[in-house]
This record gives sequence, C-alpha cells and structure tokens, in this order.
Amino acid sequence: MKREIIRNSEFEVKKGRIVSTRQMTKIEKFFEIALADEEPLGHDPGQFVEVSLFGVGEAPISIASSPTKRGTFDLCVRAVGKFTNALHKLKEGDEVGIRGPFGKGFPVQTLEGNDLLILAGGLGIVPLRSLIDYVRANRRDFGKVTILLGCRTPKDMLFGDEVDEWNKRLDVNFSCTFDKADPEWSGNVGVITSLIPGVNLDPEHTYAVVVGPPIMYKFVIKELLAKMIPDTHIILSLERHMKCGIGKCGHCQIQGIFCCQDGPVFKYSELKNIKGAI
Amino acid sequence: MKYVILKKNKLDEFIVNLSKQKKVMAPVSKGYNNYAFEEVTRGGQIALKYIPTILPPKKYFMPQYETVVEYDTKDGKQNMEAIVEYDEMILFGVHTCDLAGIQSLNVVFSDRPKDLNYIIRKNKIILIGLECNDYCDEHASCKLVNNELPNGGYDLFFTDLGDFFLVHVNTWEGENLISLTKVFEPADDIHMKKREKLRAKKREIFKNEVKINPDQIPDLFDRSHNSKVWYKLGERCLSCGNCTNVCPTCHCFDVEDEINLDLKTGKRIRIWDSCQHESFAKVAGGENFRRKAAGRQRHRYFRKFKYPVDKFSRYFCTGCGRCSRTCMADIRLKETLDDLIKESI
Repeated sequence: MKREIIRNSEFEVKKGRIVSTRQMTKIEKFFEIALADEEPLGHDPGQFVEVSLFGVGEAPISIASSPTKRGTFDLCVRAVGKFTNALHKLKEGDEVGIRGPFGKGFPVQTLEGNDLLILAGGLGIVPLRSLIDYVRANRRDFGKVTILLGCRTPKDMLFGDEVDEWNKRLDVNFSCTFDKADPEWSGNVGVITSLIPGVNLDPEHTYAVVVGPPIMYKFVIKELLAKMIPDTHIILSLERHMKCGIGKCGHCQIQGIFCCQDGPVFKYSELKNIKGAI
Repeated sequence: MKYVILKKNKLDEFIVNLSKQKKVMAPVSKGYNNYAFEEVTRGGQIALKYIPTILPPKKYFMPQYETVVEYDTKDGKQNMEAIVEYDEMILFGVHTCDLAGIQSLNVVFSDRPKDLNYIIRKNKIILIGLECNDYCDEHASCKLVNNELPNGGYDLFFTDLGDFFLVHVNTWEGENLISLTKVFEPADDIHMKKREKLRAKKREIFKNEVKINPDQIPDLFDRSHNSKVWYKLGERCLSCGNCTNVCPTCHCFDVEDEINLDLKTGKRIRIWDSCQHESFAKVAGGENFRRKAAGRQRHRYFRKFKYPVDKFSRYFCTGCGRCSRTCMADIRLKETLDDLIKESI
C-alpha cells in the first residue's frame, strides 16, 4: 500500500486555540476560538464548522459570532454526547481542530433593507446570535428589527447579558417568553408562538428568520403565514447530522437536498414541498 | 476505434505478464454462484463466466476502511496530516453494470467539494471490462437502465467470442498494456462480425422485464412518495444494511478516530455506513429524521431512481441485482418497481 500526503484535502483540520471559555448554563459552554496566525474563519452568519478533537471525533457546531468580529469566533456547545462532553473539559489555551465554515448561511444580502423578525427557540439563539450581531454592526442597512426569544426556564437562558442589552436598545424590539417560570417572573409565560400574534409588522417588507428545535418549526410557520408573511420571506435553519460537511456521507440528506452544502439555511418556499424537511 | 484480439490460450500469458507489473484483481469463484474480486496471478484463477461478485469493485475505489488523516496529539496539540492510501492495480473482468457503478461514484466524488482521496485513488486503477454474453440471473435488470452494453468507463474492453477475445482499446493506458504484453493480434472483419452476431443475439436475450419506459421512472417516483409499497417494505426490512453494502453506487460513510496504544497518535478513518441503519439520520439532540424502516427503504430507492437523476442526470441503479440477491427479507428491486407501477395505474 502506498501513502501520499494530500494538500487541500477536505478532511484537513486547521488548528484552533481556545481564547476564552465561559460556563453559560449547567449544560452549555461558550468557547472563543482563534485560528493559527489569527487567520480569519471567513464565514457568513448562519454557517457551521466541524470541530475536531483527535481521538474523540468531530461534530458540526453552529458559529455563534458575526464575521464582523475579527480575529476570533464564538461557539456555544451543549454537552449531550461523547464529543461535546470531551469538548466541555477543555479550557483556555487548549487546542481544537476546525474544518469549514460549511453550508449556506442567512441570506443577509436579501435581508438588507427589510424589516427583520428574528425568532429563536432554545439553542436556536446560538446561530441567530451570528445574525443579530451582524445586524447590530450594520444596523442602518436593515429596517425594523424584532427579536422574539423562547426558553424553557429563565435558568436556561443563553447570552443573558447580551439579551439585556437588546432589551435596552431603542433600535431593537425585544420580547421573550419562558415555557415555565418562577413566581417572581413578571413577563410572558408560554411557547414562542404565543408572541407572534402580538407583533406589529408589514408582511411584504418583513423577513422572518427562525431557528429552534425541529418540533418548533411547524407551529411557528403556521403563525407567520397567518400574519401574511410570504413563504419566500420565512428563513429557517435545519438541524441534521452533518457528518462530513462536503455533501458526500449522506447523513444530513433530506430527499435530494444535502443539508450541509445546500443548507442549513433555507427559505420555507424551498422546503414546503419536501416531505420530511420540517 | 482500435480493436485487437487475444486468443483464449494466451489469456494466461497476458495475466502472468500483467501481474508482474501491478497487482491484478479479477473475479474468482468462491463456491456455488458466489464470486469475489481478488488478486490473481494466473489466467486459470479467473472466473470468466460469473454473476455479479458479492461486493462490487467499489471496494477498490472507496475501500470499506480508509485512512484520511494521521494525527498526533502530543503536548495537547492537534497535529495532523491528510493522507491517501492506494494500491496501483489492474482490475480485470469488470462487467458493464459495475463499470456504470464506478462512473456513478466518479460523478459523486468529483462533484464539488471534491473528494481527493477518491479522485487520487481512482486514477491508480486500470480498468479492463468484460462483456456479459448472457443474462446472469433473475435479479439482474441491466436492460432497464441500459447497462447491458458498455457505456465507456474502461481502458480495455474484452468480449468473449469463443476461442478468442475481441478487445476494444479505449485509452492510452489500455494501448500501453497491449504493446507491453505483446500477446495481442490485430482484429479483422471476421472478428468484428462475430461480435455483431453476439450483440444481435443479446438483443433477443436482454429484455426490460419491468413494464415501464425508463424515462418515466423519475415521474413514477414523484407520484410514489406516499405509496403503501414503502410501508410494506418497512414491515419486512431488517435494517441490516446488506443492500447498501453490496450496491455498486451506495457511498454513504462514517468517520471515526482510531487511537494508537500510546493514546497520543492515531488515525481518522472513513468506513462504509448505511442509510438503512436505524440511527443513520439521528442527531445529537435525539431527533431521528428517518426513524422507520419504511422511510429508510424509500430513501434508498429514491437515491437510485430519483435524486441522482435530478442532480446528475443518471440512474444510480446499475441493474446488477446485488441488493435483491443479498436481501435476507427477500426484498426484490424489480418487484418493488412492479408494485409501484401497479399502484400508480
């Protein structure tokens, strides 16, 4: 058997250094990562990377920061399996492997000039933070911006300090709701869909960007369509197992679509006739 | 178009000669009606009349187990080298269905982003095709997908015409083998006529037994997404993944790390996976997007007859019949198509 080193292999892993970490909740941890020589990741909001730890494996992780943040990028990871638990053990200064960025992110060029209704359910806030920060950095390029956030309980809330800031800003409308809350909580209680009817919007000039657990989409889409938002104006990011990231391994396939390359971000109009997508 | 002939009694000399240059892989008998591609050094080892081998020649192009990265995590570093491992080889005796299978894999792995491991390895393999003079068995459906005759994809192509092979020289690499081995003779009209006679006979034998015009298959699938046929298949399917393992075009894979005993170094490997396995489309959060065998079987059929037609304008079924031959639950491809057709009328 002969062996050759391949340059530009899609399996090649870049070195990333963990610049800072923060335990965000019991199961979610924040990582700020820099590539070697401060090389920019070169991503779009909504794309993902394959994070690698040799000896453990690889997992697709949403990028949580906007490309307008230079030098480093952010990830927020929930510990659910072998790989993510190993990742949680790492600390500042440790090395991880990075492949990517992969896929199609949020269509910011299409969104420009329009009102945005951003809906984040649970962990969906992680990829949406890349868009929210992008919009904040380029605020005048967008119309009215409304952020709706749904969490299980106040304890599960991610990026709480940043959420407080959105809440204070005059150029962002913000509401949040909890599935269950303590008696001290005076705000909304209920699922995220309950917030949609109360939003004042101009459907022709609004793009809804939705990211949340798979179960959420059906219900949210129904409410958005009831608000007369066209299906071409509903943007979703789908969760699938993006194993290879290069549209070959088959794990993330939905009918003829490879989520890792054709997505993970889609317009609802592209998905509505694809059984099994939503 | 260049043709030469190889007298049958010179086949052994040809194979001996080839095997001195490179590894030669060819179909060999593995007991009643079972064949496998293995290394040969003599012509006599080769099963010239064979039905599709247990595994298709895919195993040389996309090995079941393949190193893609070698790594070293000493001092907490993530040091690595992306590598490809390959054997230079000559594949002899590849039937037209399997040539079509290799063409399908070529299309997938050369589509961007390109898979260099596949592309580099592919060009280290010389392909010598072999014509099927007869139908192999009731599971074959090569006529349905027009693979009973060669559609390119080889360096040399052999047709067995009794006491000689007529050989089509398709590439420079093929030409080199001819001149290097010095066992071939020029072909003349009599040889060509003999092949024409064989092909006329083949037109009689090779029939499309599935009652559909192949052009209408994607449309049939468009209408069959909610068919009961899938649920019936789901009730029988054992989700073992045999059908995808033996399929010449199935290429789904998993990537795993194998750590050495020093606990620092190791390799990242690519291994075959199957969309028929229960957990194939499961995500970390626990959601499984193809939870039921019915949906997984439907996915497999759509990956042969619908999605690749939309994307690459070709069927990813080569008509080899391996999935039907190997299925423990007797799921038969032609039967499934017949059932879909019946239901759609």
